[in-house]
Amino acid sequence: MKLKKFGERIPQSLFFLIALSALSALALITIFIFIEGVPLIAKVGFFNFIFGMKWAPSLGQYGIFPMIVGTVLVTVGAVIIGVPIALCCSIFLAEFAPRQLSMLVRPAIQLLAGIPSVVYGFWGLIFIVPAIRNYLGGPGLSILAGSIILAIMILPTVISISEVSILALPPLLKEGAFALGATHWQTIRSVLLPAAKSGILASIILGIGRAVGETMAVIMVLGNAVALPSSILDPARTLTTNIGIEMGYASGEHQQALFATGIVLLVIIMILNASAQYAIRRK
Amino acid sequence: MKKPLKRPIFTRAKVVFVLIFSIFLLIFLTGCMRNSSGVILAGSTSVQPFAEVLSEEYMVLHHGVTIDVQGGGSAAGILAAQSGTADIGMSSRSLAGDETKLWSVEIARDGLAIVINAHNPVVNLTTEQVRDIYSGKIDNWSTLGGSKDQIHVFTREDGSGTRSSFETLVMGKTEINPRTMVEDSNGAIRQLVGDDPDAIGYISLGLVDKTVKAVELNGVVASREHVIDGSYGLSRPFLFMCKNEPTGLTKAFIDFTLSDQGKQILDQQGLITTGITP
Repeated sequence: MKLKKFGERIPQSLFFLIALSALSALALITIFIFIEGVPLIAKVGFFNFIFGMKWAPSLGQYGIFPMIVGTVLVTVGAVIIGVPIALCCSIFLAEFAPRQLSMLVRPAIQLLAGIPSVVYGFWGLIFIVPAIRNYLGGPGLSILAGSIILAIMILPTVISISEVSILALPPLLKEGAFALGATHWQTIRSVLLPAAKSGILASIILGIGRAVGETMAVIMVLGNAVALPSSILDPARTLTTNIGIEMGYASGEHQQALFATGIVLLVIIMILNASAQYAIRRK
Repeated sequence: MKKPLKRPIFTRAKVVFVLIFSIFLLIFLTGCMRNSSGVILAGSTSVQPFAEVLSEEYMVLHHGVTIDVQGGGSAAGILAAQSGTADIGMSSRSLAGDETKLWSVEIARDGLAIVINAHNPVVNLTTEQVRDIYSGKIDNWSTLGGSKDQIHVFTREDGSGTRSSFETLVMGKTEINPRTMVEDSNGAIRQLVGDDPDAIGYISLGLVDKTVKAVELNGVVASREHVIDGSYGLSRPFLFMCKNEPTGLTKAFIDFTLSDQGKQILDQQGLITTGITP
């Protein structure tokens, strides 16, 4: 009997150790980013760093406000374009689609999540950017191009989570509504969607998190200029692309500034994930 | 009683598997870190592809020698040479100030071409006009004899050796307008300028192809010949740097780079080695 207990213990503690290593990786990365980035923020001043308008590392000027604005605009654009499509798609899959069709559509949408982001970026550069340039004007590399690409990239996240949250509703709700004489659409609109509200909200927040964190695809279509944009056809730079585009050559203070950008990004993502958790738990 | 006893044996097999796997991993990792006879190069990503071709050729000729070429940028290359973390640092800009204390050798020169779309009617720009375009003073092609469209200006990211050469050679003390679009490679700029009829950018002269047009600068065609005779002003040195006078393998590799065979390789790759003496 003792041997058996011992035999059970080994895998238990082994798996515990491995699970711990995943957590310690998170802790290590976080600590490292903070150690590297905080001294620069302290040197430049928190207010100057966050609200500074000028980013010129070679001149020792580190202001990331235009990038924060860029991140917000690109993400909001992606939500405006992507979320309505995603919600319609998830309602269709959960309520209207015949079984065979949804068996086909669901894996296809999952496949969308598996396409590497560099492929999205390349596709955007070759098709979307020239299209915007030719039909809407401007250089084509723009907030609009970034938003379109990100809207497509957040589709799988938003669709699958909101579909699951609609499907997870107790069948009683639907049956009750039908029994009261509501049509299928009335049931969806006034019973199912309000009931699945928290799950849908969480899916949108997680989608936003994905959009904020995306780097490669956005570098390729955004133009990366560090200035406050005046229209959606202007180029912009996001926090992630700032790190992605400049890390190759950065050293010393410049590198610290990129880590400091990472801190801001980490905090934004933490807030987003926490609010998604909150949305899911609040029933 | 027999059945429950079988479970721990099964898990033990798993444990053994995990242990063996981690031992393999360890062996693999130490294998990566082994220190054989070799030379490490680090620095400018503009020089990197050429250094890679040289190192491949050198390793074919000399078996058992490993030449490891890493990127990182000119600034990182200079730092690596100063600290000795790399045997040879690579830079695509001239050394300045304290950096000149390093032992350095010019392995080739590279021209910097101002490129526009192949369909753009503009042929010639003055240095001053290029500066005004990048500072934002000129923002329409009509001022320069082209279409009535806005100019779409592309630059390289802060820290790039190509950008710092461009800033020294063209911009002087003037700052590049922050509204300028930033791309992180020669290839990206060539692709975008080739696609956009209103775009302007600057890339390495060796990388100019049919998709883009290199403008004449102050009436001088951007060509190898004009870089060699000095009439085309935009050129920059490609440097190898060492902490001290190189010896042994490092010296052998640098000598190979400066030999006729090495020069021929660099020439074929589009660089200019005329006037380089070992």
